[in-house]
Amino acid sequence: MAHSKPRFHVPAPHVRPGDTPDFSHIEIPPAGTARRPDPSIAGSETLDLALGLVRVLDHNHQAVGEWDPKLEPETLREGLRHMVLTRVYDERMQKLQRQGKMSFYMKSMGEEAVAVAAAMALDKTDMVFPSYRQQGILFARGRDIVEMMCHCISNSRDNLKGRQLPVHYTWAEGNFFSISGNLTTQFPQAVGYAMASQYKGESRITASWIGDGSTAEGDFHGAMVLASTYKAPVILNIVNNQWAISTFQGMAAGASETFALKGIGYGLASLRIDGNDFLAVYAATQWAAERARAGHGATVIESYTYRADAHSTSDDPSGYRPKGEAAAWPLGDPVERLKNHLIGLGEWDEERHVALEKELDQLVIASYKEAETYGTLHDGPLSPVQSMFEDVYAEPDWRLRRQRRDLGV
Amino acid sequence: MSKMNMIQALNSAMDNMMERDPNVLAFGEDAGYFGGVFRVTAGLQEKYGLDRCFDAPINEAAIVAMAIGMGANGLKPVAEIQFSDYIFPAIDQIVSELSRLRYRTAGTFTAPVVIRTPSGGGIRGGQTHSMSPEAFFTQVPGLQVVMPSNPYDAKGLLIAAIESPDPIIFFEPKRLYNGPFDGGAGKALETWGKHPKGEVPDEHYTLPIGKADVVREGAAMTIVTYGTLVHVALAAAEQSGIDAEIIDLRTLVPYDIETIAASVNKTGRCIVAQEAPRTSGFGAELAAQIQEDCFYALEAPIKRVTGWDTPYPHAHEWSYFPGPQRFINAMREVLEA
Repeated sequence: MAHSKPRFHVPAPHVRPGDTPDFSHIEIPPAGTARRPDPSIAGSETLDLALGLVRVLDHNHQAVGEWDPKLEPETLREGLRHMVLTRVYDERMQKLQRQGKMSFYMKSMGEEAVAVAAAMALDKTDMVFPSYRQQGILFARGRDIVEMMCHCISNSRDNLKGRQLPVHYTWAEGNFFSISGNLTTQFPQAVGYAMASQYKGESRITASWIGDGSTAEGDFHGAMVLASTYKAPVILNIVNNQWAISTFQGMAAGASETFALKGIGYGLASLRIDGNDFLAVYAATQWAAERARAGHGATVIESYTYRADAHSTSDDPSGYRPKGEAAAWPLGDPVERLKNHLIGLGEWDEERHVALEKELDQLVIASYKEAETYGTLHDGPLSPVQSMFEDVYAEPDWRLRRQRRDLGV
Repeated sequence: MSKMNMIQALNSAMDNMMERDPNVLAFGEDAGYFGGVFRVTAGLQEKYGLDRCFDAPINEAAIVAMAIGMGANGLKPVAEIQFSDYIFPAIDQIVSELSRLRYRTAGTFTAPVVIRTPSGGGIRGGQTHSMSPEAFFTQVPGLQVVMPSNPYDAKGLLIAAIESPDPIIFFEPKRLYNGPFDGGAGKALETWGKHPKGEVPDEHYTLPIGKADVVREGAAMTIVTYGTLVHVALAAAEQSGIDAEIIDLRTLVPYDIETIAASVNKTGRCIVAQEAPRTSGFGAELAAQIQEDCFYALEAPIKRVTGWDTPYPHAHEWSYFPGPQRFINAMREVLEA
């Protein structure tokens, strides 16, 4: 029988299924109030930014304050397009998964700005080590949608020869590292990659992303120590989307007030930003990239956001959090906010938005049709079965040659 | 050609490679300024600079992860894990990341990393400085596993490992660093000075990965082993007068099945030996494969000589260590069977 009162502290979210969504405990400072120091500032002097929240778009969808990156309307529209495409693509792929076309899928709904704005603020030659929820980077960098789908349905054209779960993309030509299913492993690897770029005299930097839950991993500490010790040109993004599958962020945060605060202990510049604010993500990434390129070292960026849908197609959030939380999220929806900003500028309207959604949905549908011409997971054609024995080593040794023969291929 | 112990031979390999290839970097705990607790990287920082040979924080997972990132970005990192007993914090980075990067990216990203790590006992290291954890890594597709038994092989294999496009776990039997060791505890220490394999070319050379060495030809039986036990097996053959053929594997993955099978088919009897605990050790793999390939040539069951299924003890080190007498007992059993 359960004790009425736990004998040690186990943190828990204050609302659960059946409760009314309630974010009243979250303090949201007004947009435009955070200072924007020179990117050469000492990491330890960013404490206020690690505890605060960098926001550019205010409640009237206007860009305010020192962090406004003052982007051209054309750039804003491009960002909106990538975000809408990410959402439309996710939506369609989820449906296809439900129809049995894919073994698995992971949406990034609500977090589109985190990936798209960061990718646009970086150079395309900068290396990225994402987690599994930054597919927005691929759209922002112009990855062919058909190729992405061929990977997800593991067909004959899958650039990974059917070896990875859907969504675990790799795109070397786009400077997009391989996604691992093991959490946080990419964080310290990104630091090593960044150091190698420096060693070779390149100006390009590296960025990596993990979730709030992943900060509990040892590799998080490893990455922070390496980045701090070797002053590596790397941006270490923590996407705090509040949920690690069914586990709320407090399980990883513990007594730490914010995730960005963890960076301060390592002496790293640390920013906590509104992750649903395209302009804030863009501006913070731009600041961190400038800092890294100028040789001032790494930046930790906590993007404060909300995972608006399930962790994956294998997850059902109704079992652990109240319905309607995404709609109640006090930082709103990233697509809506950028759209409204553009409308406020007179650079966009509802009709154009509906047309854009329709255009992109048709693009996604047509792309899927094309992808299926290269095969499906169930009916093939797949990558030839003998390819299973390739790429284990540069050259297969006698064991793999024998085993391939044993399989009869 | 110079007289070198294994430390000097490994250092010479690093020196040759760092000289030839500016993308070769060495790092690890105490590996920079000080040159490593066993001195394998001694003098390299002074000669090649702080960014070629440097100290790393005490975080084995981070050391391997850094090597993966550097390897994926075109460098050839040689990471040192100070003792192979300390490699376990890095196991996720090695098993889930390093070994599979080529595979999971269909060859578009690779990390040609070498992880050097001293292993094995016989140095009064107790349970945390004596392990032989090689079998863990032989189970991992994508890794190659190498363990030399003398200075000449150590240099040729380390250079081959650095030049290899595949990730390699390079075990250095630390009991052999300063001299061959025949398992006779309490005897005066031998040096590599008089040993033919202590003659090491100063210049660059390689030995093929995946190729074993028949270190003693014989007709009575085949002993397949690697690392420190190569010397123990040789001593056992000497002391017992049993004409054993002794194979130094040198590479565990991929092991040289051709050389092993040719020998067992000739002798009809076989012992496999490892310093690590018995259960699920690398000897078990060897015995299974030899049985599959050579069953009809075998005149006796394959026998294992191994450490016990206990942690490596401190006080009872010499009761744990598979010394010459344990070999001789097994050799007699195999002959009598």
